[in-house]
Amino acid sequence: MTDRAFELREVKGPSALGGGPRRARELLYLLAATEFKRTYSGTALGYLWAVGRPLLLFGVLLAVFTQAFRLGSKVPHYPVLLLLNLSLMGFFQEATSAAVSSIVDQEGVVRKTKFPRLVIPLSVVLTSVFNLALNLIVTFVFILAFGVSPRWTWLLLPIILALLLVATTAVSMILASLYPRFRDVGALWTVLGAVLFYATPVLYPIQILPETLRKLVALNPLSPLFELAQKWIINPDAPGPAAAAGGYARLLVPLGIFVAVCVFAAWFFNREAPRIAEEL
Amino acid sequence: MSSQPQEGSTLTLARADVTTAPVVIEVRQLDKTFRIPEHRADTIRERATHPFAHRRYRTLRALRDISFDVHDGEFFGIVGRNGSGKSTLLKILSSVYRADGGRVRMAGHVAPFIELGVGFNAELTSRENVVLNGVIMGLTLREARRRLDSVLDFAELKEFADLKLKNYSSGMLVRLAFAVMVEADADIMLIDEVLAVGDAAFAQKCQDVFTEKRRAGKTVALVTHDMAAVQSFCDRAMLIHDGELRYIGDPEEAALRYYRLNFGGATAPIGQPHDGAVPDVNVRVVDAWLEDIAGNRTDNVEQGQPIGLNAVFEARHDLERPVFGFHFANADGAAVFGFNRTLSATADEPNRLVRGQRVRIAGKIDNPLLPGRYFVTCLVSRDRPGGDMALHVLRLLSFVVYGTSPGPGIVSVPADVEARVEPWQPR
Repeated sequence: MTDRAFELREVKGPSALGGGPRRARELLYLLAATEFKRTYSGTALGYLWAVGRPLLLFGVLLAVFTQAFRLGSKVPHYPVLLLLNLSLMGFFQEATSAAVSSIVDQEGVVRKTKFPRLVIPLSVVLTSVFNLALNLIVTFVFILAFGVSPRWTWLLLPIILALLLVATTAVSMILASLYPRFRDVGALWTVLGAVLFYATPVLYPIQILPETLRKLVALNPLSPLFELAQKWIINPDAPGPAAAAGGYARLLVPLGIFVAVCVFAAWFFNREAPRIAEEL
Repeated sequence: MSSQPQEGSTLTLARADVTTAPVVIEVRQLDKTFRIPEHRADTIRERATHPFAHRRYRTLRALRDISFDVHDGEFFGIVGRNGSGKSTLLKILSSVYRADGGRVRMAGHVAPFIELGVGFNAELTSRENVVLNGVIMGLTLREARRRLDSVLDFAELKEFADLKLKNYSSGMLVRLAFAVMVEADADIMLIDEVLAVGDAAFAQKCQDVFTEKRRAGKTVALVTHDMAAVQSFCDRAMLIHDGELRYIGDPEEAALRYYRLNFGGATAPIGQPHDGAVPDVNVRVVDAWLEDIAGNRTDNVEQGQPIGLNAVFEARHDLERPVFGFHFANADGAAVFGFNRTLSATADEPNRLVRGQRVRIAGKIDNPLLPGRYFVTCLVSRDRPGGDMALHVLRLLSFVVYGTSPGPGIVSVPADVEARVEPWQPR
């Protein structure tokens, strides 16, 4: 037997990140990778689907919106703007709706092992990050193919992605920790998610809205991200968040909501984490 | 007639002197209360229509004021009836539940085993699952990958390493999950009722592993109902009843008190398998082994060769007219044969044992067993003053019969039977 220190350390019970950052990181990676593998296991084409799925989906969307609806005929590069928006919003929706039941789905792990609780919703978000990365690669291929020339502002995309990641993570944490106690959250979120989808400039660019509606949509904390995406990636002449909202002062509202949601998520998850095993 | 303890009789189950070893689990004034909703308001509608529903909570004090220490290298039993709080205690030690009061401190790397195969994913290969499960059980990713081969070796599933788990049989799954546990190599292992799954052969494998962990100086806290396991493995044990610590110390005593709690002391339980029998701890196994015809200790017996059965018991209290029953069962748990022995009578010795006295069981048994694994169980009963008897079941030994003629059935018996051609008798 090897010599070891018999230093007693306090066992504080389960928590959001109990067990140390290294363990949390490794579990996060393993769980997300498992889920990613699982999605494509058993399919004949395997990981080809990871790229093939967005490719086919985008093809359908392009056909529908450029041929059938002709919705964006007066918006420059509307088809690729749509692809970019759907990639970003798809990430938010995929991650948050998977996060809702994530802790309940991992019941065995939560109730039978020492497991950092936060890793569960985070792993769901990370799986969606894999998908988002692949979608973005496909999107940028389309963007170039549709004749949008690269600009230095493309380098600012990580800022949008980081903010989107933070928002997605925060909402996922709230949903995941609420669901064990209130199963309504599942049904509620499908509705709220749809409301959020249409209240965000995804299918439509912000500038085509009438002014009153535009100012309302601009209050949505997700809207500035999509306004920035359009301005920085596709169309530098598009209005930025301040212009869309009608002044920098009005941007304080979405910013305030954004910060409040993040703070609430951190506080609420931390509060719920120790008792979550008892709620299942 | 009872034999006195013999000098030089080896004590294979000798308990290590652990009380001087450093404390590795320290529990002080532990409290845990669950709030159990009488009518569970799961949806917001229910909340809305019954806004005060949340007041109808029943509180259940699962644990109250529990304090104990476990020392390095100790095999520590936690026993109690269903709902006594023993699993809750293990879950608090494992960081699954948070305590409401008190303090828990532990030293070293802790691995909880509340259930085998937690986090197994049917869509992944066993190779991927072993790594995933290992990390969930507390290994680092590097350690989990390094142990992959030894886990697959132990589970004897090397050739199925790249097979998806959904194609595994349930037996293979248990073997794989158990192998991960065996190879987890924590300083402190917290184990909950793992023995309850699997067949007799699996139980034997568990026993072998526990013996091995003991020898390796691991600290093990085992939650169990199986008093035979407590008696054969534990250095100390604690009994929890209704969330309170009722006894801590000698495992025999803990088992005895557990039996008393379960069967309410003097009154014989209704509907027990043995008529009028009350479970009790009658003896302690000092040693038990098999011998071959040459008199050497062995775990394997050749088909047809007599089995030399040997055991030394020590009386835990005064035993009136004790009877030692031996049951031989096969790997499926089916009883094959058995016999009873009472103390060999001599004129001047009463048919009784005094506490601490030892009994030596020895003799040869004809071996009709076909090749396979067998288990020997010993039932020690004694007369109780009330007229009923107290029964004590011990898992004693396991062994393998090897040979080449599997034959039909479960035993082969000498049969003086011949087939002869009848003289021709024309009609």
